Amino acid sequence: MATATGIGASVRRREDQRFLTGRGTYTDDINRPHQTHAVMLRSPHAHARIRGIDTSAALKAPGVIAVLTGADMAADNVNGLPCGWLIHNKDGSPMKEPPHWPLARDRVRYVGDQLAVVIAETREQAKDAAELVEVDYEELPPVASIRAALADNAPAVHDDVPGNVCYDWHLGDKAAVDAAFAQAAHVTTIDLVNQRLVPNAMEPRAAVGEYDAATGDHTLTTTSQNPHVIRLLMGAFVLGIPEHKLRVVAPDVGGGFGSKIFHYAEEAIVTWAARKVGRPVKWTAERAESFLTDAHGRDHLTHAELALDKDGHFLALRVATQANMGAYLSTFATSIPTYLYATLLAGQYKTPAIYAEVKAVFTTTAPVDAYRGAGRPEACYLIERLVEKAAHEMGIDKTEIRRRNFIPADAMPYQTPVALQYDTGDFAKNLDLALPAVDYAGFAARKAESAKRGKLRGIGFATYIEACGIAPSNVAGALGARAGLYESAEVRFHPTGSVTVFTGSHSHGQGHETTFAQIVAERFGVPIENVEIVHGDTAKVPFGMGTYGSRSLAVGGSAIVKAMDKVERKAKKIAAHLMEAAEADIEVKDGRFTVAGTDKSVGIGDIALAAYVPHNYPLDELEPGLDEQAFYDPKNFTYPNGCHVCEVEIDPDTGVVKVERFSAVDDFGRVINPLIVEGQVHGGLVQGIGQALYEHCVYDEDSGQLLTGSYMDYCMPRADDVPSFEVNWHEDQPCTHNPLGVKGCGEAGTIGAAAAVMNAVVDALSEHGVTHLDMPATPERVWRAIRQNRPAMAAE
Amino acid sequence: MYAFEYRRPTSLAEAVSILGQSEEGKILAGGQTLLPTLKQRLAQPTELIDLSRVPELKGIREDGDSLFIGAFARHAEVASGDLVRQRIPALAALAGEIGDRQVRNLGTLGGSIANADPAADYPAAVVGLKAVVKTDRREISCDDFFTGLFETALEPGELIVGVRFARPEKAGYAKFRNPASRYAMVGVFVAKFGNEVRVAVTGAGGSVFRVPEMEAALAKDFRPEAVAGIAVPADGLNGDMHGSAEYRAHLVTVMAKRAVESCG
Repeated sequence: MATATGIGASVRRREDQRFLTGRGTYTDDINRPHQTHAVMLRSPHAHARIRGIDTSAALKAPGVIAVLTGADMAADNVNGLPCGWLIHNKDGSPMKEPPHWPLARDRVRYVGDQLAVVIAETREQAKDAAELVEVDYEELPPVASIRAALADNAPAVHDDVPGNVCYDWHLGDKAAVDAAFAQAAHVTTIDLVNQRLVPNAMEPRAAVGEYDAATGDHTLTTTSQNPHVIRLLMGAFVLGIPEHKLRVVAPDVGGGFGSKIFHYAEEAIVTWAARKVGRPVKWTAERAESFLTDAHGRDHLTHAELALDKDGHFLALRVATQANMGAYLSTFATSIPTYLYATLLAGQYKTPAIYAEVKAVFTTTAPVDAYRGAGRPEACYLIERLVEKAAHEMGIDKTEIRRRNFIPADAMPYQTPVALQYDTGDFAKNLDLALPAVDYAGFAARKAESAKRGKLRGIGFATYIEACGIAPSNVAGALGARAGLYESAEVRFHPTGSVTVFTGSHSHGQGHETTFAQIVAERFGVPIENVEIVHGDTAKVPFGMGTYGSRSLAVGGSAIVKAMDKVERKAKKIAAHLMEAAEADIEVKDGRFTVAGTDKSVGIGDIALAAYVPHNYPLDELEPGLDEQAFYDPKNFTYPNGCHVCEVEIDPDTGVVKVERFSAVDDFGRVINPLIVEGQVHGGLVQGIGQALYEHCVYDEDSGQLLTGSYMDYCMPRADDVPSFEVNWHEDQPCTHNPLGVKGCGEAGTIGAAAAVMNAVVDALSEHGVTHLDMPATPERVWRAIRQNRPAMAAE
Repeated sequence: MYAFEYRRPTSLAEAVSILGQSEEGKILAGGQTLLPTLKQRLAQPTELIDLSRVPELKGIREDGDSLFIGAFARHAEVASGDLVRQRIPALAALAGEIGDRQVRNLGTLGGSIANADPAADYPAAVVGLKAVVKTDRREISCDDFFTGLFETALEPGELIVGVRFARPEKAGYAKFRNPASRYAMVGVFVAKFGNEVRVAVTGAGGSVFRVPEMEAALAKDFRPEAVAGIAVPADGLNGDMHGSAEYRAHLVTVMAKRAVESCG
């Protein structure tokens, strides 16, 4: 039943009051007595040997407390930062995992690689002193791109990684694919770049380390999407601190988009240094450091071929991708271009045979890891560009070629040739709903009208499916994950009936404090104001895996449901006792516990009071209290899917692309809070449009310097770059294997949008003979594409 | 930011005196370029001399048939000032499109032209509107003022007091923004004074420049079509990841057309 605050209600985000009035508490807002300030000394070179570090002048500078280097860490037996996912090569051998020291020891491998930390009374003093640290660098040649890494005689980024190849992995049935290609009536080929992006969370990373010498307790406050994961990785692998002596807190976090999943060196440095200097140590990234050192996203080069029969049915897909890992393996880097990418290459289509090869390489650039969508946007972009290219080449309408190849809804559950089993989805329905929203039928008239004004108009589609709610732990483990992927929850009723919910998920923009509270309020008939959501503190919350991969509601929400089930089971027993009825006769509806067939009922508040003041209570059979914990490990991934349609208009004089219309029809399963879901889709779409038209992280090939190190050069999408979005969804394909029926919505917009925009751009340019354009479709790229294909214009 | 001494003179004479005695002093005239530079520790001035309390640098007034704008006029004042909007609407429009609202509320005309950023908007208006730059000691013609990349004819210790803009019959400005920074990648200011036409280009080169061929064509026929076929050579133009010299050269023609169009 829909209520004003229950499931399906557009409850305004409760957390926004503090965020929008500047009353959030972010890591940088936290200041401790006797706190010191850390500044990282970072390599100005892309690649250099460290011949020596002279800290003597810096140590004498005003306010300086310590200057610590990799040698100090080595002396304390500090280990390298671990990688959380082991990938095997085609031949079964394990990937290369060179050490990733928190402070570089003998070599620096990208601009921004930290090699010393300066700790002083003030941040300015630490910055002054950092300029006095003298490093004797022996510059080595940079390896700034995938191509450079794989070139003959390329310099080695790591001495023990010949050819700079981290792994050479594959998935699928090569023989079946080869056989299908031999039978194909048509083959569509594409070479594309999925360019490197900078995540650009609004809040830069920050960390505060504390150590209590009296108790031996360490505390790290950090900008993390998953504090328990950081505690595990840093405690067990890097610093050797047992869990019961290490608390990790991730307070309000201002956006992550994946970049705050990973365990970063600075977290280990401040935690270790706090003990060394005997005072709290705080570090906050400047925006320039965010550009240099936040894990970047994407960065693939791909060659792919699609085999079709004469009617445009897909027979097989062959993909060869090269993926940039950067200088070191970030926490989940290795899984992104493999199990989060190649496993999605079936998309929404019944392509019977798929074979993908992925070669991951080291370069002298910042580490690359998950960024909103993480592998799935790369898969969607590849498939959907191929599909529209094939449609164009074969003269088939771009909606029709999709219809011919969609996995039908009645084929669910559907086993793809690349490991996943989709549970639900009605892809044709998504397309049917999307078409009127963009007035597909009226496109030709709009195109003609644009042409009258000298403009080029194009329309492009993208269908996507993603594997979210990561994951079943045993499946992930079999694929190389070195962690479980369940979620935790605790539902604690207080004596007077208010509720605190502890979740292992972490909200850094997703609105959990509202959505999760709606689930609890509806289940127990408790006013939403009486439900508090607590997350982000390992001292309060049971061991959880955090938020990424659109998993919070599907996995974390399901854990809450499981805990609520336990609460209800116990509450029924208490209700039966209070009303002197048999437990079997108790019916529960909207938080009222009723004796069947009578008007006797009791609310959850009365039950909670009885549980904590157990004067009239079945103490022989039941413990007092109403406080239950649960862990939920999903049985399968969830599969959000949808159809995005984009219409663009291009000014051929300047090459400027304007997004005129954008329609997204998504299947997220059941929707708890439509307002928040719409917001998530809007943000995702803007990030996808950002990749398609604006964003590009560029390293200089010759020097290895980051050229896009500020917003002067890294182009972010702005509000005036995007149209008013048409966002729709349907809820008639709920997820079949979690109790809420939810699939996840956090990444969907980003996954579909880039492909839809680029298909629209290529469609608009097709009359000039353009068949492909790499992202971002900058004005100059578009202008050149037009000019190259229309020699008559070259004279202008 | 490194430490510096902060000075805030209250008269032009005092400002000139402080600047004259200063070792490595920097003028703070809005600070929209200077402050980010300081924050990144890319400059280390001994003093910062804040001109915000110098009355001689303020105000916008008619000066014969020209318009005199004080060096400390904020972009927002130029954009919204009635006098500018009535007399030279194209100049008000240009000022209203500089940076963003915050930048326009702090940045100043004098600060902008003294900095001579190749991607700044004002140099195109100064050259396009036959302006004269008045300093504490002399007057400098716009054609002599901008001497190169971040370089002007100003002598050490010389302060801009204001700029006198000639009033055109028609004028228009069109710019193509750098998609990332939104500075002018190419900005073209076109102004018609009777039989004389000026076409001043910012963003494309190391410094603002005029396009005599377009000026001559427009003097004969002040319509967009007159410049459509005139290309500037790409040689010597700026090129970066956002736009090659060749693309910028192409945009000069497109923006010149649009600037003429905007004259109505």
